[in-house]
Amino acid sequence: MNRFAALLDRLSYEPRRNAKIRLMADYFREVPDPERGYALAALTGSLSFRHAKPNMIRSLIAERTDPYLFALSRDFVGDTAETAALMWPVEHRANYVPPLSEIVEGLHETTKADLPNRIAGWLDALDETGRWALLKIITGSLRIGASARLAKTAVASLGGVEPDEIELVWAGVRLPYEDLFAWVEGRGPRPENTDPAPFRPPMLATAIEDTANWREALKPEDFAAEWKWDGIRVQAVAGRDPEGHLVPRLYSRTGEDVSEAFPDVLGALNFEGAIDGELLILREGRVQSFNVLQQRLNRKTITPKLTTEYPAHIRAYDLLVDGTEDIRPLPLTERRARLEALISRIANPVIDLSPQVPFADWPELAAKRGDPASGGAGVDSDAVEGLMLKRRDAPYVPGRPKGPWFKWKRDPFNVDAVLMYAQRGSGKRSSFYSDYTFGVWRMVDGTEELIPVGKAYSGMTDEELARIDRFVRKNTINRFGPVREVTHEPDEGLVLEVAFEGLNRSTRHRSGVAMRFPRISRIRWDKPPREADRIEHLEALLREATA
Amino acid sequence: MRAEDLLCQTSHGLCCRPAGVHIDPTKPVEKALITHGHSDHARAGHGAVMATPETLRIMALRYGADFTKSQQPVEYGEVVEIGGGVQASLHPAGHVFGSAQILLEWKGFRAVISGDYKRERDPTCAPFQPVPCDLFITEATFGLPVFRHPPARDEVAKLLDSVELFPERSHLIGAYSLGKAQRVMALLREAGWERPIYLHGAMVKLTEFYLSEGAPLGEVRPVIATERKNLDGEIVLCPPSALQDLWSRKFPDPVAAMASGWMRVRARARQNGAELPLVISDHADWDDLQRTVLETGAEEIWVTHGAEEALVHWCHQQGLMAKPLHLVGYGEEEGEPAPGLGEEAAAQ
Repeated sequence: MNRFAALLDRLSYEPRRNAKIRLMADYFREVPDPERGYALAALTGSLSFRHAKPNMIRSLIAERTDPYLFALSRDFVGDTAETAALMWPVEHRANYVPPLSEIVEGLHETTKADLPNRIAGWLDALDETGRWALLKIITGSLRIGASARLAKTAVASLGGVEPDEIELVWAGVRLPYEDLFAWVEGRGPRPENTDPAPFRPPMLATAIEDTANWREALKPEDFAAEWKWDGIRVQAVAGRDPEGHLVPRLYSRTGEDVSEAFPDVLGALNFEGAIDGELLILREGRVQSFNVLQQRLNRKTITPKLTTEYPAHIRAYDLLVDGTEDIRPLPLTERRARLEALISRIANPVIDLSPQVPFADWPELAAKRGDPASGGAGVDSDAVEGLMLKRRDAPYVPGRPKGPWFKWKRDPFNVDAVLMYAQRGSGKRSSFYSDYTFGVWRMVDGTEELIPVGKAYSGMTDEELARIDRFVRKNTINRFGPVREVTHEPDEGLVLEVAFEGLNRSTRHRSGVAMRFPRISRIRWDKPPREADRIEHLEALLREATA
Repeated sequence: MRAEDLLCQTSHGLCCRPAGVHIDPTKPVEKALITHGHSDHARAGHGAVMATPETLRIMALRYGADFTKSQQPVEYGEVVEIGGGVQASLHPAGHVFGSAQILLEWKGFRAVISGDYKRERDPTCAPFQPVPCDLFITEATFGLPVFRHPPARDEVAKLLDSVELFPERSHLIGAYSLGKAQRVMALLREAGWERPIYLHGAMVKLTEFYLSEGAPLGEVRPVIATERKNLDGEIVLCPPSALQDLWSRKFPDPVAAMASGWMRVRARARQNGAELPLVISDHADWDDLQRTVLETGAEEIWVTHGAEEALVHWCHQQGLMAKPLHLVGYGEEEGEPAPGLGEEAAAQ
């Protein structure tokens, strides 16, 4: 365990991607099977335990520490597992430090009743770094800046294998991955992916604004455009098992199998292939807002009433597998033709084609992006989040390659609001005041007051964050536990320009409105709070949005 | 009598009312008592300053000989009348060279203002001495139970391991230029590091001062800009902010190390861009804060700059009267900043 904890520790401080890969590869080279397989499982987030849960850690540490001191410490450290690792009052017992494999197997096998004692024993045997690593494994979020993809890249680097090749066989290999290592190191055959309907990592787009002078750099004729729908990116896959039965599955963009939540969609997957698309709610042929889709998500039980009131739908963007043929290496134009043919063969209203948006030059496309209703999206234009631009000759590549795909989002809504409360962030931004509650003006009984309308956690650069943090510390007028109330008078305070994607009516917010994806777009050091926006402005936006 | 009759807070900091003297004032005052030479505690422009001779020399070095109209050096243990029937004396705080706790005695009541202090051994300054008192005003920079500093020599060993592992790279250690840097140098010598230690320009003056006072730092050399590329395998000390500067990039594949108590917390270490965090602190950790509070025998505890709430909570559990002092100017603003914002921030 110490060797693995040291690896996690080094990774967590190593900013360079290539150095991270080298650290992991060194580990995989030095550490024998099956121990290294357990490390790979941990690094790829493939471990989950039935009984060992974050809650168990919380009660273990709660039994041993003062709750108030723990809360203060957690607030400062910004991470529960790390706080527990640092605060753990060690009882010196046997100093045998178990290997990672023994810990993982122990976490799997130990009964729920015995587990707390077992974990406590390990925590006593480990040092701060070891305890931190163990708790990270149990809580399932390593947060060491090394993704599953990076770990697989490190494995690939052991032999002359492309990282994408690892992705392809990944669904067919299991802990402790001895066959995978054997193949990569040239000692064994390529593992078979035996899943009839496996997930394939999706291709993602970069924001077009991140490409300098893109209007000159990119040629319109090289690209196809389509609407970017405001739903949930999914992969709808169906394939035949060895007995010839069709196995349909619906995956989220992270590869989570969400089939059970969408029986209505699953029933329509009566083809062999893999479609990349957007999950939407359609009523009478019209795409509903994301707000409506949210009513359908995260429900524990799926009732017929739910599927009738919130009928799920797939709007298809791309085709990865046609029949049993992997067509990802083909250019977009060929995949698109195959997709159109498949959709018409399926002939099920639950799955339709996301239309392409024809354009001759960038100004024409910009006009359609500005006004999707007349640009072709018609009555569904409210559900358009922007445009996707895809190179016609590009193959389907997992990950977020720069160049073939761009997203060009619609301009967000903006409001100037006043900072009212600030709270420390988590993770990378812990100890900075990085979570802000902001408000707009309203008149109550002849008096102007600020009413909170939202909370934002992102959008600032590190420098801006540091500057707001200083502002918060210097202008605190009240403290409520971890929350600080900040001066917010007409002539004293800080105005934040907040961008957001949409507005919903809300009964949970005192203001009656809720913002979607609010983030800080600019800090108006120049603007006095009295010039910030009023609630009437938001209400007008809301009327427009729901009209 | 009440402790508040002797000591109160003003807009300039903590004030001994009967004597009309401020302790570590944050703005210019007539009469000041200074605990130690760090710039948030020792400022220029007061009418009269009373402090240890070492602290006065540090202030003169930093601000020029005319940093105050009148200086009164007070040796550790020496008792002086400061007016209003108050007697003051200074006692080693173990924080940096010359650092002191201040004992005020008035009508049989004893109050100790700790200033910044630590209990761990430091070859560059006199060790902390607990002073029995009725009121103990303690700092709490690391006043949370997550802060248990490991022995500093273990952290230095970690640094030397890394130097051995990466002989082709320079190791740059971000450390506050007064106190921390010289302590790290002395610890390196104790650990057997015999090569010259290289210094960023901002460290040279104070380090030469330490050497002139007899600190065991061995051979030090200022970094010459054009020779940075040749400093592979060497140890270089610089202010924490220099780690992010262009200055640091001219070294061969530099390893950014940082010596600070904040390095115990990962998010802090990362915010500072530390690749090799060294948990070396010049402040008492959680266990030592508790131990010190008990050793003074004080019945009343005031807690300042840092995580006041946690230590106040613990004191209450021990049956002690305790309250937080939200002193502005250092305290929270300087003691618990978002690091990476400046040198003072990583001074702890």
